[in-house]
Amino acid sequence: MDEEIWELRLYVAGHTVKSVTALANLKKYCEEHLAGRYRLEVIDLLQNPQLAEGDQILAIPTLVRKVPSPIRKIIGDLSNQERVLVGLDIRPLDPK
Amino acid sequence: MTAASPVLPQLPKAPTGIEGLDDVTDGGLPRGRPTLICGSAGCGKTLLSVEFLVRGIQEFDEPGVLMAFEETADELAANVTSLGFDLKQLQADKKLRVDHIHVDRSEIEETGEYDLEGLFIRLGYAIDSIGAKRVVLDTIESLFSGFSNQAILRSEIRRLFRWLKDKGVTTIITAERGEGNLTRQGLEEYVSDCVILLDNRVINQITTRRLRIVKYRGSTHGTNEYPYLITEQGISVLPVTSLKLAHAVSDEIVSTGVSGLDEMFKRRGLYRGSSTLITGTAGTAKTTLGAAFALEACRRGEQCLYFAFEESPQQLIRNMRSVGMDLQPYVEQGLLRIEASRPTLNGLEQHLVTIHKLIGEFKPACVVIDPISNLVSVGSITEVRGMLTRLIDYLKVQGITALFTALMSGSKANQEMTEEGISSLVDTWLHVRDLEGIGERNRGISILKARGMAHSNQVREFLVTDEGIRLLDVVIGPAGIVTGAGRHTQFLQEQALALAAQQEVERREREVERKRRVLEATIANLRTEFESVEEELRHVGQEEQQRQQDQRQARQQVAQGLAPRPGGTSAAEPTNS
Repeated sequence: MDEEIWELRLYVAGHTVKSVTALANLKKYCEEHLAGRYRLEVIDLLQNPQLAEGDQILAIPTLVRKVPSPIRKIIGDLSNQERVLVGLDIRPLDPK
Repeated sequence: MTAASPVLPQLPKAPTGIEGLDDVTDGGLPRGRPTLICGSAGCGKTLLSVEFLVRGIQEFDEPGVLMAFEETADELAANVTSLGFDLKQLQADKKLRVDHIHVDRSEIEETGEYDLEGLFIRLGYAIDSIGAKRVVLDTIESLFSGFSNQAILRSEIRRLFRWLKDKGVTTIITAERGEGNLTRQGLEEYVSDCVILLDNRVINQITTRRLRIVKYRGSTHGTNEYPYLITEQGISVLPVTSLKLAHAVSDEIVSTGVSGLDEMFKRRGLYRGSSTLITGTAGTAKTTLGAAFALEACRRGEQCLYFAFEESPQQLIRNMRSVGMDLQPYVEQGLLRIEASRPTLNGLEQHLVTIHKLIGEFKPACVVIDPISNLVSVGSITEVRGMLTRLIDYLKVQGITALFTALMSGSKANQEMTEEGISSLVDTWLHVRDLEGIGERNRGISILKARGMAHSNQVREFLVTDEGIRLLDVVIGPAGIVTGAGRHTQFLQEQALALAAQQEVERREREVERKRRVLEATIANLRTEFESVEEELRHVGQEEQQRQQDQRQARQQVAQGLAPRPGGTSAAEPTNS
């Protein structure tokens, strides 16, 4: 699992407060726990609305963990660090 | 904002194209506004919504978006294929967009603030990509199982409805029926324009689906519960066919198929497009009368549809052949169609739809339903009445001459039918009954009512003969009209009386003849006598003349001095008796 590159997608709709907060939070957690092992893609649905269907996006912002499987989704501004890490299943990889 | 301004006389409406629903809603669903359709499981919410979209595309050229929260696009397409809706094709034609929204609680973790902008974007994208005018959200309540933050969810749903209104799309939102509430999540408080409730009820093991418009802001609508059906052509709402009582009438007369019966009506038959009820107890030849009517229609070259709820077509044809009515040729010609089914096969509404459908297909001029009373076995009196009202109304609007038979039990028969309210629906009511005397039963027919036509008030006895039904002449006995053996006795008595009277007349004639001859003889005698007297008188007169002449001559001779010759002419004799 250590070898694996985490693929994360953050769906936002424009530069709302929630989106900006979520992105900032996410970047912070990734740098802390997945430094160098992740790829983050930010999708603005206002620009690409057709992409919403593929990942079954309803809520904004939504963070989708594509890899490693299974797909996990976390919605909200990601302000609760513990829940984000549990949601993404990052905790076991954080023994340091 | 597309809401109608108050100066508009009529709220703009989007016709659903669903049979009957547009009548009940007086034109359709509120255009550009959301409508809530709620109901328990299995009452056809999804189907109604899908039909709304498909008909919108096919009949009104309004593309639609279906946001399915419960079923995938493939499942939906498969489910409605049986109704002849080809969702795949419509999708390929860019008329329909089906978007399956999958909400899975287990996949989603909530942290902090969020909104449902994603849903809005997806919906907006779907609407804009095909220029949709109609949207269905089926079932938006699924969101409640996917998200735990009710406060956000509720405010987002409120925003969604607002947003849909602003988009100007006509929306159907479906929702599960809740306990005590119209919907489980109280969605009705967000949708204030139109709420339609679907209900699925099982009474006496027969399911009846009903639809009711709970509210429809700014529009008149039918307020009753309307039965509806899921048929092979989709949803069919059956309002009282039309909310108005205004159908065209005909002045044309059609025969009942029994000449004697026609004569009981002043205009010798029934009005075309009227409905006639034949009631009677068991074995009073109601079916035969019905078949006679059907046969007569076929003889006129009209199409006739015969619904038999008691007999199979073959049995009916055989039985009618035994009384000299051969239906077979007309069946073969396609003029007569006999539809037989058990009343208990379907619910009432299903029967009604079957009848509607067949009438729509076959387009008959005459319809016979034999008997309608059997339908009572599948529903309560109220339901049957409701169904019959709709049926009769439908037939009238179509201008179809209809004849129903109804079996009634014994004495309080008339009362029963009045209670069922059927009598007030039909135009003509014939009653056939057993006239039970000592040791025999006879059949009598009478007209209880005939709207718009004078008719006989007599109970006419009739016979079912090898040549069909024959009405017998009225025989009036000492105590009124007599029938059967009484009629026969009366007939014999009358014959005897007539014979006696005839003999009496002849006897009198002979008497007169005799008298005449006697008198004539007397007259001849008198004439002879008169002639002889006349002869004698003439003779006396001549002698008298002769004598006077003789006297005058004698006197002249005396005057001339000539002596009278003795023993001259007899006239000179002074005494000649």
